[in-house]
Amino acid sequence: MATDGLHENQTLASLKSEAESLKGKLEEERAKLHDVELHQVAERVEALGQFVMKTRRTLKGHGNKVLCMDWCKDKRRVVSSSQDGKVIVWDSFTTNKEHAVTMPCTWVMACAYAPSGCAIACGGLDNKCSVYPLTFDKNENMAAKKKSVAMHTNYLSACSFTNSDMQILTASGDGTCALWDVESGQLLQSFHGHGADVLCLDLAPSETGNTFVSGGCDKKAMVWDMRSGQCVQAFETHESDINSVRYYPSGDAFASGSDDATCRLYDLRADREVAIYSKESIIFGASSVDFSLSGRLLFAGYNDYTINVWDVLKGSRVSILFGHENRVSTLRVSPDGTAFCSGSWDHTLRVWA
Amino acid sequence: MSSGASVNALQCLVEQLKLEAGVERIKVSQAAAELQQYCMQNACKDALLVGVPAGSNPFQEPRSCALF
Repeated sequence: MATDGLHENQTLASLKSEAESLKGKLEEERAKLHDVELHQVAERVEALGQFVMKTRRTLKGHGNKVLCMDWCKDKRRVVSSSQDGKVIVWDSFTTNKEHAVTMPCTWVMACAYAPSGCAIACGGLDNKCSVYPLTFDKNENMAAKKKSVAMHTNYLSACSFTNSDMQILTASGDGTCALWDVESGQLLQSFHGHGADVLCLDLAPSETGNTFVSGGCDKKAMVWDMRSGQCVQAFETHESDINSVRYYPSGDAFASGSDDATCRLYDLRADREVAIYSKESIIFGASSVDFSLSGRLLFAGYNDYTINVWDVLKGSRVSILFGHENRVSTLRVSPDGTAFCSGSWDHTLRVWA
Repeated sequence: MSSGASVNALQCLVEQLKLEAGVERIKVSQAAAELQQYCMQNACKDALLVGVPAGSNPFQEPRSCALF
């Protein structure tokens, strides 16, 4: 009936205006507590000196763009994945390849090392996340023991084991994140809320409880409660896709890297963005970010082939690292903070210290 | 009807915004001070920040010239 349609429209309109007014109130509440900038608080902190960081190892062997990498807890092994469908486990001290597996798909966009060091997870255009136990038996075919864990309806963009080998968290081009039981492949929790592809995720440091942050093509960074599936905080200040999110080591904040050529720091207790790391001369997107052990330095890999090192507190750039011959696509600091590893579209990985 | 789905989506959004509005917040000055304190407390352990004694970073092993 005509009057039903009219009623629907009124409900739609009143809901829209309620949403707008709630958004306005949220901004007002956040602004009330914005009494100072982070870099102002950090004015009295001693400035950082010159940094000498060099490529100490180059890992060569991938036949195409390196898309993702992760460190093993032993602080020496790394796993990397590539557009050529290969996933390789390296000993970064010796640069030897310890394992290699060929995935049935190209563009393996995500890979992760299990906390035990005994398995790796990976996936990409196959829309799945699969777990491969690592075996040292030369006669065993790694691919034979493959276990399919996650199933999304679009590409897998990121994956991470939780604090055990038993659960995996995934992010996908289908706009959702999901938590899976590795043994049974069962979906334990799904996280809906992003309005577009989810490109990255990071788990909160274990002391801070069961949350994780995700970033997506909807320019939003969202913090989730892993048990309830609820989004507890959301931040929308970037002007383009968020390619990478990483928690500050204390778990009270997280950084993001975006196609808008900026990295930003969001404090979870102040519930707002507290710093922007940008320069007029930096016009290419930031693909990957990670903090040094103390959180004072933010390493960010960019699409202009460089790595910029930022003073997190003062907001200034302290160093620019050259070496890669194409986009830097992935970057992680080692578990004990002695080095960081970057992967690039130039087919190589570099370890810097 | 498609507008029914939009109404549901908006209802979800309104509920979500109410949830986010209820978050307890602290002042940026306090949050910033705590971020800074964490940095300062852990700076000495941060090898990439302060460096490590020569020979103790496995990636920076001292190089020696062997002439024989």
